[in-house]
Amino acid sequence: MSALLERIAEHNPRLYPLFSLEFGDAVVGVERDELLATMTELKDAGFDRLGMVTAVDRGEAFVVVYRLQSRSLSAAIFVKTLVARSDASIPSVFGIWPAADWQEREVYDLFGIVFEGHPDLRRILLPEEFVGHPLRRDYDDERLIRRPDYI
Amino acid sequence: MPVDIESRSSALDPDGMPVEELVVNVGPSHPSTHGVGRVVVHLDGDVVVRADPVIGYLHRGIEKMAENRTYLQVVPLTDRLDYVGSMYANWAYCRAVERLAGIRVPERAEYLRVIVCELQRIASHMMGLGAAAADTGAFTFFVYAFDQRERVVELFEELCGARLTYNYVRPGGVSYDAPEGWTDAVLGFVASLRASLPEMDKLFFGNTITRSRTKGIGVLSAEDAVAWGASGPVARASGVNWDLRKHDPYSVYPRMDFDIVVGENGDSYDRGRCRLFECYESCRILEQAIAQMGGGPVKAEGLARLIAPPPGDAYDHIESARGSLGVYLVSDGSVRPYRMHVRSPAFCNLALLGRLAVGHTLSDLVVIMGSLDPVFGEIDR
Repeated sequence: MSALLERIAEHNPRLYPLFSLEFGDAVVGVERDELLATMTELKDAGFDRLGMVTAVDRGEAFVVVYRLQSRSLSAAIFVKTLVARSDASIPSVFGIWPAADWQEREVYDLFGIVFEGHPDLRRILLPEEFVGHPLRRDYDDERLIRRPDYI
Repeated sequence: MPVDIESRSSALDPDGMPVEELVVNVGPSHPSTHGVGRVVVHLDGDVVVRADPVIGYLHRGIEKMAENRTYLQVVPLTDRLDYVGSMYANWAYCRAVERLAGIRVPERAEYLRVIVCELQRIASHMMGLGAAAADTGAFTFFVYAFDQRERVVELFEELCGARLTYNYVRPGGVSYDAPEGWTDAVLGFVASLRASLPEMDKLFFGNTITRSRTKGIGVLSAEDAVAWGASGPVARASGVNWDLRKHDPYSVYPRMDFDIVVGENGDSYDRGRCRLFECYESCRILEQAIAQMGGGPVKAEGLARLIAPPPGDAYDHIESARGSLGVYLVSDGSVRPYRMHVRSPAFCNLALLGRLAVGHTLSDLVVIMGSLDPVFGEIDR
């Protein structure tokens, strides 16, 4: 597994050191252009399960977070990719793990990140005619209830 | 067995009559959708050609709401995720907070968490099995299952005052210690459940109608289960030996002696029966946990009311009645989560419905949906 992580580090010199081992699970940062190649490599290494796909709004960029699990290696790994807010798109991993189907649709729905190559990228939790992506930190809606500033 | 769609369409059209595809809307307000699920079904005769689940009718934006609440205020929100298994979301969320903030949980609290979650597993499986049985017309079994569920709910009421949304597991421990005599009441329930499970098994799974309605219906292969991210009884019924209590052990589960129930065929029958047999294993865990549980505090000492974890992110997961339930938390150092994401097992399991239903009849779709045991509070969040 460490040889695998080293190979990923070689291909991603800019992002890799950004994240380190935290809370027990290995975390690797991967460039957007390297994502599919790295994910294929991880799948071949035994990570047969895509547990989670989600995103975090960090202002200038979104961090897309994948959690992979392996039964044969008894290990889990986090893969994080930065996506610029101005160009919010990332390759879909549906072709590697079909489990990404609904989870990528959810991230598209709530964050507005486009997954290129996804076979059926539609809104999933919100109605089609909904405007905006509510989990973005700058999302505003006049119907939102303001939080009182008591703490 | 599912019908091969390609061959059927040509066979249906012997005289050159045009065969029209019929679109039937099931739900969102329909008794067999287990909540507010909706499925748009494309039918050829009475055979499903395509089934599109439409979800989101119960979307309350809990992940967004969590960003505006303190860590403690989020716990009641997690109750509203999987509303037939509130304890699980409570626990998964609290584990993520504890991991993020480095909170140590007293041992007695860990035992109480295991006890309530195994009781919850029984209640949830009884609810899931009972509802699925009622869909196929087996109303007697539904009443038997709800009787058992009611007893668990009464035990929870005695423990924390609530019957559905418990808000029981809190960061750093649990809200109340067990009242006097409560563990004896749990043991009494375990004994009575053990005595009635064989009868329930015979009543429902021994029934000819049940067997013919569920055997070979909605077969999920082990490869598909893993590739599509299925977990819990849905994956285990297909022969995937995957249970976080064993394979990523947490809390005091390593001290428990229990087996993982694994099916063979991955059909609706196996999925249902897996749930029933898991109740036996839960009984075993409950007895061991109560025997091992010692005294001591049930809350972490000196925990501040406003938790402000250091910046960073954490993920933790538990095995809920529906599968791997995970919570991903990001902290920016303030008293509110910067981001909370719930990895919902029911969401990933329901994604399979469209694949499983193709080639079966519309009435089988209802059986398949019941065997996936979806809870829309958790799917829509």
